[in-house]
Amino acid sequence: MATTAPRSGKQREAALALGLLGLAVLVVAIAFFSITQGARPITLETVWAALTAFDPQSTDHRIIWDLRLPRTIVGLLVGAALGLAGAVLQGATRNPLADPSILGIHAGAALFIVLGVAVLGITQLSMYVWLAFIGAAVAMLVVYSIASLGREGATPIKLALAGAAMTAALQSVVSAILLTSPRTLDEVRFWQVGSLAGRGMEIVIQVAPFLAVGIVLALVTGRMLDGLSMGEDVARSLGQNVGRSRAIAGLAAVILAGASTAAAGPIAFVGLTVPHVARAITGPNYRWILPYSMLMAPILLLGADVIGRVISPPGEVQVGIVTAFVGAPFFIALVRRRKLASL
Amino acid sequence: MASIDATTKVQTIRRNLASRRYTVTASLVALLVLTFALALYLGDYHVEPAGVVRSLLSPFTGDVNKGVDFIVLNVRLPRATLAVLTGISFGLSGIIFQMLLRNPLASPDIIGISHGASASAVFCIIVLGMSGIVVSFGAFMGAILTAVLIYALAWRDGVTPYRVVLIGIGMSAIMAAIMSFLFTRARLFEVQQAMAWLVGSLNAARVADIAPLAIALVVLVPVTVALVRGLDALQLGDDTATALGARVEFTRLGLIVAGVAYAAFATAAVGPVTFVAFVAGPIARSLLAGSGKGFVQAGLVGALVMLGSDLVAQHALPSVQLPVGVVTGVFGALFLLWLLIASNRAGRVN
Repeated sequence: MATTAPRSGKQREAALALGLLGLAVLVVAIAFFSITQGARPITLETVWAALTAFDPQSTDHRIIWDLRLPRTIVGLLVGAALGLAGAVLQGATRNPLADPSILGIHAGAALFIVLGVAVLGITQLSMYVWLAFIGAAVAMLVVYSIASLGREGATPIKLALAGAAMTAALQSVVSAILLTSPRTLDEVRFWQVGSLAGRGMEIVIQVAPFLAVGIVLALVTGRMLDGLSMGEDVARSLGQNVGRSRAIAGLAAVILAGASTAAAGPIAFVGLTVPHVARAITGPNYRWILPYSMLMAPILLLGADVIGRVISPPGEVQVGIVTAFVGAPFFIALVRRRKLASL
Repeated sequence: MASIDATTKVQTIRRNLASRRYTVTASLVALLVLTFALALYLGDYHVEPAGVVRSLLSPFTGDVNKGVDFIVLNVRLPRATLAVLTGISFGLSGIIFQMLLRNPLASPDIIGISHGASASAVFCIIVLGMSGIVVSFGAFMGAILTAVLIYALAWRDGVTPYRVVLIGIGMSAIMAAIMSFLFTRARLFEVQQAMAWLVGSLNAARVADIAPLAIALVVLVPVTVALVRGLDALQLGDDTATALGARVEFTRLGLIVAGVAYAAFATAAVGPVTFVAFVAGPIARSLLAGSGKGFVQAGLVGALVMLGSDLVAQHALPSVQLPVGVVTGVFGALFLLWLLIASNRAGRVN
């Protein structure tokens, strides 16, 4: 960044750390909004009372504990996971368009979940998580190997197209199943949108361990991604095990994308857009891009969720729809503004 | 002497390429005719081959057998004809975009045009409560509007293939979000109706669907063939093409309009049947092995894929009639795998 160029490295690091602190404050603020805002007006005193002295007889207290609190925690976790998954994928593939939805990860997870619901009659989320994992991993492997064909390797355009093609292929199988099974269609059509609504505490407990492992794994890849970003040959000559770094990063991305998709459904564009904003602030250093993405994404996701909740009372617009309407124009503007090929 | 040798060599190569082109085209036509005959013959109601021929000729000979004639002329013939016409349209649309965007994966169902048609059709079904021909018209308008929007957004001192593809993918996401939104707001019955349309099917093929598509093809194909001649220069890149005197923007715009029109008419008739547009061009080109642009052949391959997939869809499972879009989707997934294996061996894509 030009503005920070004259400063010494130490000052710059301090400024970035301060920024991180500011983001953390924002996350707390948006979580506060998410708990206090909703279809039913609940006063701040009541919210505070519900959190400190829970009374099972009070409807307001039940709403806070059973609905808003789990929803906010899911939003925080899934947001952090999506932001990190996007940043890790973009770093590991050296591709600015990498994102769980563009790479076909969502379609893979969707296919396996639909198969699980339709064929095995699965309805518990604990099984959804495993199905989403396997689907996400298979889809990502296939898309990446298709896109890596040819001399130039996985260029942004080939990755995007291979992902889109994969998504189309998987979706036609998904539609075939949904057409023949109205029960599955009814179950899945709300999952498919991507939503934080109706996620209870038990869902938080089930996905939290996976997300925690994925988040830690993703955060430690920072140094590896910085190495990879210099190019395979340079990274190798600096003593880095390129294959192992890619594998760890890929594993982190699959865990994060799979678990977040299982918990909240396929939420598009958070993973794509947030790392770009983070990169614009921090510069190309992944040790900073990763934590910035991790804090910025929940702000976007919970923010979109709050907007969706208050925009058309008494109903609500699912967060996946709000993020697509916010994220896609941003993406288009980004494509128009500069050449994304250079990362 | 040497130059004469070289000339003969070039002539031989040209002759070989031309003969390969003719062989491929003739085989495709023969295969298509055969499949078409099979589509008229196969079905739950058994009709002897001689009976099919008699039925086809009955308007001229006056030798009428009402029951059989209804099955052959009003059920099987429109269905097969519609499959061929939409197959040609999807195939041509696909190869136009693959040529223009210089990418073997670019096709209308990838770069957002089909998504636009779908979102518009879903809107007509769920919000306006419409069905039948109105939905087709809505899909047509949706495809055209989305294409215009993508082109306008990608325009910045001209249009580059890179921006068109990426902006098309962004547009698909917005359209998909609109569809998901409508799905959560509708009754299950309407969602099922919309899903059925989205997969694409020939199960409800009507004679009325054929006329607009046939007229569109009669107008568009000659125009496209004329424009395709300008494509050779475009394949070299914009700068080279301009230097060679090609009217780059004019040719490209004309072809984009044609490509969008093919996709829009076909989608309006049968829904967004996936992958026919996607696979037709690459299959045609690998059959030709460098002996032609594969334009006509892509249309034929598209028709063959559509007709063949519909036969599979109708007769693969004894009790269920699958929508054709399910079969083409699975076929497309297999094709992707084949592309993966074949390109790994050759070390390149396409």
